[in-house]
Formats: sequence, C-alpha cells, structure tokens
Amino acid sequence: MNGELIPLHLLPPGCSGRVCRIEINGAARRRMLDLGLTGSTAVAALQKSPSGDPTAYLIRGAVIALRSQEASQIFVAPDNIK
Amino acid sequence: MKQPPPQFLKSLPASAGSSVDETGAGDSNKGAPVIALAGNPNTGKSTVFNSLTGMKQHTGNWTGKTVAHARGKYRYRGKDYLLVDLPGSYSLLPSSAEEEVARDFICFERPDVTVVVADATCLERNLNLVLQILEITDRVVVCVNLIDEAARKNIKLHLPLLSRLLGVPVVGTNAREGRGLQRLQEAISRAAGGPPPLPGPPPISYSPAVEEAVALLEPALCGLALPGLSSRWLALRLLDGDSSLYRSIKRFLNVDLRRNKVLGAKVARAKGLLEKESSGRKAPDLIVGAIFETAEKIAGQAAVETASRSYQWDRRLDRLFTSRSLGIPVMLALLGVLFWITITGANYPSELLAAAFSWLEGPLDAFFVALGAPGWLQGILVTGVYRTLAWVVSVMLPPMAIFFPLFTFLEDLGYLPRVAFNLDSFFRRAGAHGKQALTMCMGFGCNAAGVIACRIIDSPRERLIAMLTNNFVPCNGRFPLLIVLASLFLGPAGGLLGTLTGAAVILGAVVLGVMVTLGVSKVLSRTLLRGLPSTFALELPPYRKPQLGRILVRSFFDRTLFVLGRALVVAAPAGLLIWLMANIKIGALSMLESTARFLQPFGVLLGMDGYIIIAFLLGFPANEIVIPLMIMSYLAAGSLMDLSSLSGLQALLIDNGWSWLTALCVMLFSLNHFPCGTTLLTIYRETRSFKWTAAAFLIPTLTGAALCFLVAQAARLLGLA
Repeated sequence: MNGELIPLHLLPPGCSGRVCRIEINGAARRRMLDLGLTGSTAVAALQKSPSGDPTAYLIRGAVIALRSQEASQIFVAPDNIK
Repeated sequence: MKQPPPQFLKSLPASAGSSVDETGAGDSNKGAPVIALAGNPNTGKSTVFNSLTGMKQHTGNWTGKTVAHARGKYRYRGKDYLLVDLPGSYSLLPSSAEEEVARDFICFERPDVTVVVADATCLERNLNLVLQILEITDRVVVCVNLIDEAARKNIKLHLPLLSRLLGVPVVGTNAREGRGLQRLQEAISRAAGGPPPLPGPPPISYSPAVEEAVALLEPALCGLALPGLSSRWLALRLLDGDSSLYRSIKRFLNVDLRRNKVLGAKVARAKGLLEKESSGRKAPDLIVGAIFETAEKIAGQAAVETASRSYQWDRRLDRLFTSRSLGIPVMLALLGVLFWITITGANYPSELLAAAFSWLEGPLDAFFVALGAPGWLQGILVTGVYRTLAWVVSVMLPPMAIFFPLFTFLEDLGYLPRVAFNLDSFFRRAGAHGKQALTMCMGFGCNAAGVIACRIIDSPRERLIAMLTNNFVPCNGRFPLLIVLASLFLGPAGGLLGTLTGAAVILGAVVLGVMVTLGVSKVLSRTLLRGLPSTFALELPPYRKPQLGRILVRSFFDRTLFVLGRALVVAAPAGLLIWLMANIKIGALSMLESTARFLQPFGVLLGMDGYIIIAFLLGFPANEIVIPLMIMSYLAAGSLMDLSSLSGLQALLIDNGWSWLTALCVMLFSLNHFPCGTTLLTIYRETRSFKWTAAAFLIPTLTGAALCFLVAQAARLLGLA
C-alpha cells in the first residue's frame, strides 16, 4: 500500500484500490462523498463505456459511472497493478 | 389545481399517466398520521409506495424517476395513514434540489414516522442515509427491501441485529412480490401510535475533535427557538457548511441564522479548531467519513457475505450491453427488434379493427336513418366523429399496445441506465448532461413525462437543454404514424422484407432524432445556454428480472389506455371540426379547401401539402390524431376509400398525390415539429418562462421545416421524386 497514488481514471478495469485524496471541491465533492467516496474507501474499476469515458466503478457495493473529468481528481492507492 | 401547492411541492401536470394526487393531501386527511417514505434512489421505494397505497406511480429500474413527491393513503386496522413518497436521495446533506426537498420535509414538516427504504444488496451505502435520518428523528422504521436479491447474491442479513444496532424497528421486505409489507404496516402503526422511543446513544460516533467542535456550538444553539431541530444535528450541519439549511430555516421557521453574528463567529472558530486538530482535513470530509465508517461497521455485522458475492450475471450482461465494440450495435439491434415486433404484430389487429369499425358504420347509418335524424347530424356524428375515433383506435392502439410493454420490459430489466452509460460521451461532447439520455428514453413514452423527468438533472442549464430537446425523440403518439407510413411507402409491401425495412426505417428515424437532439444540444450549449458540463455520477443498478404479468397489466392500463383515452377525447372534437370545415362553404369552396389552398405553397415547399399542414396544426393537442385528421380531410374533400383495410389508406394517399417523398417529409416533420399542447404546458410549468416555452415551440418546428425543405428540394433537384 505504499506505492504511488494514481488518479482513478487511470486505474485499469479489473483493478482495485483505495481512495486517498479527493481534489474536487464544492457541490461536486459533496456528491462524491455521498456516494461513499470517503477516505480509504475501496474502489474497483469495472469497465469503460464504448467510447472509453465514463467508466463504471464498484463503490461500496454499488456500480457508479464517473466521467474522467471527475475521476481524474480522485487519487487512489492501487492494490494490485500487474 | 385549486389550491396552491405547499411551497416544497412542485406541481406536476396530470399528463404523465400517473393517477397519484400530487397537489397535497387536502383537508380530508387531517388527523391521519403522516408517514414519509425516504430512501436512496432505486431501492424500490416507489414499489413500496404503490403496494401500500394501491396506486400506480411509475416505477422503473433507474435512478431518480420519482421526481416529485407523491402522496397516497392507505388503511391499516381501521386507521388511515397518509404516505408521502420523497424523492430518492443519497444523503440529507443536499447536493441537489431533490435531496433538499427530502431533507426539508423530514426536518420541518415533521412526519409522524419516517420509513427509510434501504437496498439489502447495498446496505452499507444505504445506511449513510439511514444514519443521517436517525440523527434528526428517532421515529424511524427501516425497511430493508430487495431481500430476495440479497439472498441471490449470497448476502446473509441479520435484521434483528441491525435493529439493535440502529435502535429502531427493521423490517425485511420484497415489495415487488408484496412480501413483508404486512409487517411493515404493523411496525409503522406501532411507531406512529406508541410513545416516543427511549433516547439511545447517538447513532454515529465522530472523532473527538468533531465532538469537541459540536460541544462548542451546542450551547449557542440551545438558546435559539428552533422547534423540532436537535441542537447536536444543527451543530454538525453548521460545521458542515450546509448553506441550503440556512435558507430552509429562514423559510420554514422564519429565523435568519446568517444574521446571527455571534453564532457565525462561533461556527468559524469551531471549524478552524476542528480543521487544525484534524491535520487540515475539512469538516465535511470528517463528518461524512464518520457516517460511512459507522455504516461500514454496522453493515459488516448485519449483512454478511457468505460466499464470494455473486455479481456474475450483472457483470456478464454489462460486458455485453456496454461492451466497447458491441455496446452500441447491441443497443441499436435491441431497438430494431422492438420496432420489428411492433410492426409485425400490429399489422393484423389493425386490419381487424379497421374492418370491424367499417362494418359497424353500416348499422350506425341505418340507426340514424331509422331515427329520422337530419342528414347533417348523421354527417357530424358518423362521418365526422365516429370515423375519426375509428381511425385513432385502429391505427394507434395496436402499435401502442405492443410497443409499451416491450419498452417497459427493458426499463424494468435495468437497461436504460446502460443506454445512458453508452451514450454519455456524446452528450458530454454536446455540453449536455449524461442523464439526458434517461430523460430522452422517457420521451419515447410521452414527451411531457420526459420533460418532467428532466428534474433528475441538477444543473439548471443542462436541465433546460434536456427539456428543450426532449421532443426530438418520437413519443408513442408519433410512433404509429412513423410505423404506418414506413410500412406503406418506404420499402417493399408486406412480408418479412417489408416489416424488416419498416423496422429499419423507424430505427433510422430514432437515430436521426437522437442525432438532432445532440446537435441542437450542442448549439444551445454554445449559444443561448453556454456553459460547461457539470459533475455526473450515474448509478448502474443491478439487473432485475422483469415481471411479465405486471408489465402487461401496467403498460396496458396505465399507459396505453391512458394515452388512447386522451387521444380519443381530443379526436372527437377535432373530427367534428374537420367535418364542419369541410361542410361550411365560403363562396365556392369549403373552409377546409380554402384553408388547404392557402397553406398549399408552404406545404409543397416542405414536400407535403396543405391538408397535411392542417392535420399537423389541428393535431396540436395530441400527436395521435394527425394521421386520422389527414384521412378525414382527404375524405371530406371528396375522396372515396375502402375504410376496411390499410391498403385502402395507401390508395387514398396516393390518389391525393402522395409519393415516397411525401411520406418521408411527413415522417420528418412528425419527428421534428412543435411539441403537443400537454408537453408545452409542462415545459411552461417547469420553467415558468414564456421565453423558454416559445423556444421549445420554435426550435423543433424550425428544425423540422429546414430538414423537410432540404430533403424535398434535394429530391426534386436530383429528379428522385
């Protein structure tokens, strides 16, 4: 877990990680918090949409699609990058 | 609407096929306990509401379709209860208008009991809301819904333990099959009737630093006269910096906390202290973090995954439906199959109905003759009203009765959010919101419903774009027109090839509609409604096995009959009007002929004729009647036809100068013209702006006129028609 942080949108589908930092502010930050994206939440990237953006993530048992624009401001510590 | 709705209620037009009383309880419910129904989006809240009240609020497997709160009554053991369905929300720390409505209702309207519906398959996230509500009130019943799905996903629920951990009654339900609802009603009646529960320990444990900050603020808040609000909860919200709460407190309790300088200074100090002691982490993060930590802990004990959690089916379906290479082709293929089934299936019943109505006209005529009724009366009632109604039923009913259930099937399955997921990048590039794809799908049923559904979009700019462009997808009042004309004029007649071509043409029309939607959205977001796309998080709910019986009943009674009924109500007077216009002569010409002649040049310019334009204009109240009106005005103008079959219709249209180009232009104009009266009224109600309502009228009309003009002129120049 002491690897470097990567923005969530670069987490490859099939991989998981833990949220470390959210650099979104204002109402959008609130939205992310409400979805359960708080410190050290486990996140798994499931799959990208046909055009590559948005991506579906598994967050606290729910599947949530986020656009790269938001995901790029959420930093995760990846669990298992091959 | 006789009485003004309460301020937290937005009024809904009575057009979306829902028979729910949206305007408020009225006086008859005085004394009945008020039960608020809260919950995350897509937890089956509406299903619980419908099962308890026997109402037919629209349900569907996608997030956010309950956009205003519906109210309904139910009786349990001889006592009335008033149930209020709040908009789905993830949190009571609102980041959207809907969540604010839910929060305000629970805080300030103070229902007797709040039922929180939680999704058993996703308990941890749902507990976030449960815990927040428990901070406000302890008169709560938690309804853990979808227990059947949880069992399928190898989640073992310990509901008595959950009840102990939360300190409130917990009932497990499977609302779709009506399981557990009796126990839910019992729990509600006990919570509403019994003494208030004993105060337990606060449900959420915050860090010492947060507790310290709360302790600093609480004394200052106790002195204020804020009935019903716990000072602890309020202190937390002030630390949280929830500015919408200041607004609501001013509105509901008439106390302006922002004017309270002493309090303001205290809040600032407490916040500063808190952030300093928490190494710079912001107050909202600390508070929400603590709520989720508690939720995680409770869910970890009360919902245990026995085997590895089975997402297999969901993942497999998603890999197909949202696959990089196949996602969009599969989507088009599904839609194409839907249209093909509709066309193929509608053909035979349409013929049958037309024949039956045509046969019935004989006895009807004889009846009037036997009565000795004057000729004009028979003309008005039989040739005017009866025939128009007959055409509406025989042309419109079969496609609707087939298309609705099929579409509802996809909706129930949970496919629509996948469509939004697939199409999001297009909407993003158009500067629009990803959820616009969902509102667009609602438009397939009814554009007025689609416009209301736009409330799921938070950003006012993107919401307006979605409302202004909703009309570009054909509602099901327009589908039959497309289907009839496509099968009569575009492609080979009859047979498998004929129906396949028909389906392809309709699919093309829908794809064109979506492309125009995107194009117009893009133009709007660069001109009148400039701005950047806002944040977007779309939940992809688990797939659910659609309930076939329920779908059939619901889509037939709630949708088909409703839409048909509205069409009939409009068709009768319109048929009457056409008959009168055809039979009242001014000079040598009837009113109908002279109007048609006046509109003729304009019609020809757009590849159509004067009668067609009249039909579109008179079809303003409901799109369903455009084709019947065209038929009626051609007939009234002297054409004869064999009413008993669709080939008779084709002959009538060809006699009146129709070619494939006419049919194509009518289809294009049907797809792109002013929204029907109900939709425009809905847009006005939603925007409260004549300017935007006018824009909603003009944008599609001008787009349609331009498209038809280009197509007609190009075809004529190239000598194709």
